[in-house]
Amino acid sequence: MLLTMTTDAQAASDLGYLLHKHPDRVQSFEQSFGVAHVFYPEATDERCTVALLLEVDPVALVRGRGRGAPKDVAFSLAQYVNDRPYAASSMLAVALGKVFRTAIAGRCDARPDLPTRDWDLSIHVPAVPCRGGAEAAVRLFEPLGWDVDARPVPLDPELPAWGESRYVDLRLTGTLRVADALSHLYVLLPTLDATKHYWVGSDEVEKLVRAGAGWLSAHPARDEIARRYLANQHGLAASAVARLAEVDDARPELLDDAPDAELEDVVEEASAEFTSHLPEAVNTVPLARHRLDAVVAQLRASGARSVVDLGCGEGALISALLGDPAFERLLGVDVSHRALSTAARRLHLDTLPDRQRERIELTQSSVTYTDARVAGFDAAVLMEVIEHVDPPRLQALERSILGAAAPGVLVVTTPNAEHNVRYASMAAGTMRHHDHRFEWTREDFRAWAQTAADRHGYAVELLPVGTEDPEVGPPTQMAVFRRDAPAAVALDGGAR
Amino acid sequence: MTTLPVPALSLVVLVGVSGSGKSTFAARHFDRFETLSSDFCRGLVSNDENSQEATAAAFDVLHHIAGKRLDAGLLTVVDATNVQQAARKSLVDLARAHDVLPVAVVLDVPEQVCLERNTSRADRDLPAHVVRRQRDQLRRSLRGLKREGFRTVHVLGGTEEIDAAVIERQPLRSDRRDDHGPFDVVGDIHGCRSELETLLERLGYVLVRDGEGRPVDAEHPDGRRALFVGDLVDRGPDSPGVLRLVMGMVAAGHALAVPGNHENKLVRALDGRAVQVSHGLETTLAQLDAETEEFRAEVREFCDGLVAHLVLDGGALVVAHAGLKEAFHNRASGRVRSFALYGDTTGETDEFGLPVRLPWAEDYRGRAMVLYGHTPTPVPTWVNNTMCLDTGCVFGGHLTALRYPEKDVVQVPAERVWYEPTRPFPSASGQDATSDGALEVARRDPDVLDVTDVLGKRVVETSRHGRVTIAEENAVGALEVMSRFAVDPRWLVYLPPTMSPCATAPDGDLLEHPDQAFEAYRAEGVDQVVCEEKHMGSRAVVLVCRDAEVAAARFGMPAGTTGVVHTRTGRPFFDGPRTEQLLDVVRAAASAAGLWDQVGRDGNPADWLLLDCELMPWSVKAEDLLRHQYAAVGAAARSALPPAEATLEAAAARGLPVGELLDRTRSRHANARAFGDAYRRYVWATDGLDGVRLAPFQLLATDAGSFETRDHLWHLAVADALVRADESDVLTTTGRVVADLDDAASCAAAVGWWNQLTAGGGEGMVVKPLANYTRGPRGVVQPGIKVRGREYLRIIYGPDYTEPANLARLRSRNLGRKRSLALREYALGLEALTRFCADEPLWRVHEAVFGVLALETEPVDPRL
Repeated sequence: MLLTMTTDAQAASDLGYLLHKHPDRVQSFEQSFGVAHVFYPEATDERCTVALLLEVDPVALVRGRGRGAPKDVAFSLAQYVNDRPYAASSMLAVALGKVFRTAIAGRCDARPDLPTRDWDLSIHVPAVPCRGGAEAAVRLFEPLGWDVDARPVPLDPELPAWGESRYVDLRLTGTLRVADALSHLYVLLPTLDATKHYWVGSDEVEKLVRAGAGWLSAHPARDEIARRYLANQHGLAASAVARLAEVDDARPELLDDAPDAELEDVVEEASAEFTSHLPEAVNTVPLARHRLDAVVAQLRASGARSVVDLGCGEGALISALLGDPAFERLLGVDVSHRALSTAARRLHLDTLPDRQRERIELTQSSVTYTDARVAGFDAAVLMEVIEHVDPPRLQALERSILGAAAPGVLVVTTPNAEHNVRYASMAAGTMRHHDHRFEWTREDFRAWAQTAADRHGYAVELLPVGTEDPEVGPPTQMAVFRRDAPAAVALDGGAR
Repeated sequence: MTTLPVPALSLVVLVGVSGSGKSTFAARHFDRFETLSSDFCRGLVSNDENSQEATAAAFDVLHHIAGKRLDAGLLTVVDATNVQQAARKSLVDLARAHDVLPVAVVLDVPEQVCLERNTSRADRDLPAHVVRRQRDQLRRSLRGLKREGFRTVHVLGGTEEIDAAVIERQPLRSDRRDDHGPFDVVGDIHGCRSELETLLERLGYVLVRDGEGRPVDAEHPDGRRALFVGDLVDRGPDSPGVLRLVMGMVAAGHALAVPGNHENKLVRALDGRAVQVSHGLETTLAQLDAETEEFRAEVREFCDGLVAHLVLDGGALVVAHAGLKEAFHNRASGRVRSFALYGDTTGETDEFGLPVRLPWAEDYRGRAMVLYGHTPTPVPTWVNNTMCLDTGCVFGGHLTALRYPEKDVVQVPAERVWYEPTRPFPSASGQDATSDGALEVARRDPDVLDVTDVLGKRVVETSRHGRVTIAEENAVGALEVMSRFAVDPRWLVYLPPTMSPCATAPDGDLLEHPDQAFEAYRAEGVDQVVCEEKHMGSRAVVLVCRDAEVAAARFGMPAGTTGVVHTRTGRPFFDGPRTEQLLDVVRAAASAAGLWDQVGRDGNPADWLLLDCELMPWSVKAEDLLRHQYAAVGAAARSALPPAEATLEAAAARGLPVGELLDRTRSRHANARAFGDAYRRYVWATDGLDGVRLAPFQLLATDAGSFETRDHLWHLAVADALVRADESDVLTTTGRVVADLDDAASCAAAVGWWNQLTAGGGEGMVVKPLANYTRGPRGVVQPGIKVRGREYLRIIYGPDYTEPANLARLRSRNLGRKRSLALREYALGLEALTRFCADEPLWRVHEAVFGVLALETEPVDPRL
């Protein structure tokens, strides 16, 4: 990976002094993940370019020798074949910070005038991994006084149908102090990248505050920068599901999309710390809140004392029900083991008082298998779950939930596909989540619910959730199944 | 000598005062672990065998251990005074909870003897009045023991009788494990004597008639025996006639029988007890009125003497009128008998006033086949290795028998509707028995499996590789993938195993070379191997049914689906319509090649084919990965390296010493270009089936069985025939070379072939034992070893892996775990096929398939 910085009309020797790197020498600096080389491809009195070239050792990176080796990703194929040797990522930022430490600090004892001077600079970073595309690079660098030329790199010129890659060929020109220019790169290169090569730690906030001193607090995209800098893609964790994804040549994050509580919490805390002085954003009630409230209202109205949340995810519903002592027994099940860990963490299961704790249970299960542990509840909830089940498997879900578990009441919510046209950001024909196997119109949902209810001895009522649009209906739709007389249910299961 | 009969599985409760010699008695008659002593349990929980404070805790422990032993089907003896009724009651309850018979053995020893014995024991200081009180309690208990629930009570009076006693363990009446058949198991008859005669004759029995022409016995020339599942009587035209025949057969040793609920009720009616005379009992009683008093007495005795369920053939067959769940096999209790007679009822009644029955068979997970009747069904159907043989003969259906162990169903139709059913009896439309009565039997495995079939630590017994353990944490990840991404489990009868690469080449510019694969097989004693071209695609398992009827009948799938094409983790490659298109291609080729007739069962065309294939291009499945991972790396390299080179060249032109760095950068650039070429070979556009290629290379199984013992040339010949017959241009052939491992020239030729394949960027080859499934000195031999090409490995080990310094470091890779995993997964896959082909229940197949997926979650270097 490469970065060059060129200045016109400044004597090469001046830049050399400022950077503490002699223009006629090639210097190399050992880094944990490789070697950083600094040299000057041109150095005249009219024009001077300094280059920082990082040679990453991919094998060493994997073998965990360097600081760059992530701790718990040892078995991900992405560790072995990745863009780190080429792209200007956080590794380049780290090298920059070390190699030009005094320059970034704005010190030059030999020539104290140099750091304070504005320089005409042009910077070239040929492969910047850029989440959000070229616009993101413009959005982040332009407010700092740079002219930004960010050109997307095609994914593969021989396969033009594949379009652009997430890399941009980035050229910055501007008149700035060198220390500022370097600190911009130090902060913003990892910000643009989606992946940091090292784990987010508690000292990250401090680093950000130090490096952004003097310019970050006034940056219009300040919050975005903070969040992105501190966030880390959830590390291709070595979960079992991730491994199965790799075995079958799929990206782990596509299959294992459960949130990583630990990471989110770290980012949350770090961001909160950084932006603690900011006023609260104006809150609009999100759809998820509407949905949760609607489900809770149904459960309250049903008089249920025991509730099983099928597909409880991070435990939002369980958390909402915990506050109401009318719900004596709460079981959250999910097919994702990781989601359950997140739920346990979110619900603070380990520190809840005994009286609260004994009301809650979390366990792994699957809606397409029968499970005696989810049977016998007053109420069951399938909140935004069915659309994650392949249509041919829905009958198994019906049989295991309505047939075998047979709750007194079942509340089901699912997106209303008709409403999707109201979402400006959604392309026509797409769905709200990459894992949705279908999204139903109101009529689709009604037909399914009625058939399932009839088959298993339930009556069903359909209700809107969220603001109802006169034309396309509500964003979310809800069905409430209520069991008929018990004999008829048993007949269905036992008439053979 | 007094012989004390004790059921072989029972809870033996010793009753006697302190010092009556219970422990001595127990030690003499029972094995070391069979006796649980309350004193010992006191010691366990308090360090003091005599501590009275520890009594409650000690009995907790005792009950817990006794419960575990009874669960395991082990006779258990309780050595405690048990002179108080409350103490005995808790033990009777314990026995009942585990459905074993409680037995009381009372040691009634003179008080003086006990006192003397207690005095002589240094560790025990028991006041005389305590012994006296215990003895009073004992005397008061004696008469009521039977009433308390003890099925057997032995009272031994005095030391002499105690010393002379001998315990004799008797098998349970249900235990006929020594009887291995063969049997013809006959469903509910309900007085349909004529149909029974016809059925017995069709089964090959010769009827014996009395002077009045009434059948009184039937004998099979091959010594087969009939086994009646009960409900011989009621509703039908001649219950006495049926009884006469069946009783005769049983008496002559030509038949066995279990009682039905109708026999149970008949006995009570004959005893003059108040029963509701309905459901056809009125008919039987009227018919019996015409019989002699003597016959009625015989009937009563016969019906009353029947054992509610029988366990036969080493435990492989269980017969009970209404079926029996596994926990009740060879157990004895009121609820076992009730289950056997009436089934698993809820106590509720349905809209017709009939009892609501729970579908116990759907939850049945036992290894024994369970045959039963009781609930009329139109067609006999296998559900989890159980079958109901009541096909409603008396309602105008059929009288049905199942030949055991052959599993052939034989039926005769009812001569007429003898009795109008309360609930409409569904007719078996279109299900006509063939002339010899044989019938195609349906399967109706529940389409929903239970989580307990897969979750938790499991041990899967495989026929080829012993026990394979699935760790709990592995099942956890597999459950998510199975639930969210896999095809319907009824389609998922196989998952392919992972494959190990060959040992690492010791030197040179390659990481993998065929020599190491050959050497590995030589070491296993394999003489001949086949080298198969490794296609540049994805492993695909193709299950194709001959038609939609087979898909519905054998797999229980809805209309419109005739098979499945899935990946190595069970995910579908395509949506429904495109899958069917591809299945049509395979089906048409199989028909044109005449394959169905070649590989069917018993001369019939095959119902379905299960093919191991490679599907190309890889981008069909992995385009997302190719774009996000491989192409992205290429893009970054393409963008970064040329400016880096230019910058270094400029520096070099200035005379700076960057020569080596420039060389390395140029080399990286070349490697990155080669990397792009490597992944691009796996990408081409497809539209529908246009551009899709499918290379079958092994016929895993058909309904005739699995084919792992056919050699690979046979499999490849099948594949070639399919490719030749294919008119769609989708099917493609697999290149192969046979190598004789003892012949250097032959091996060299195979190496040359591999060089040729991989020089063009090919993925390499898979080396397999020519004979296919092979056992070597150390057990099962790896079914395949992959030898991957130098360029292909760039996308596995990274663009720069070929740099000598990198190669040297990469050579130290550990294959042991991968190899072990490959063998275990291979065994599980074959096990799944074996179970499926043997018509085992779905959960048994799923258990093995799920195991493969679970093992795949084990962390192993993904580059191997």
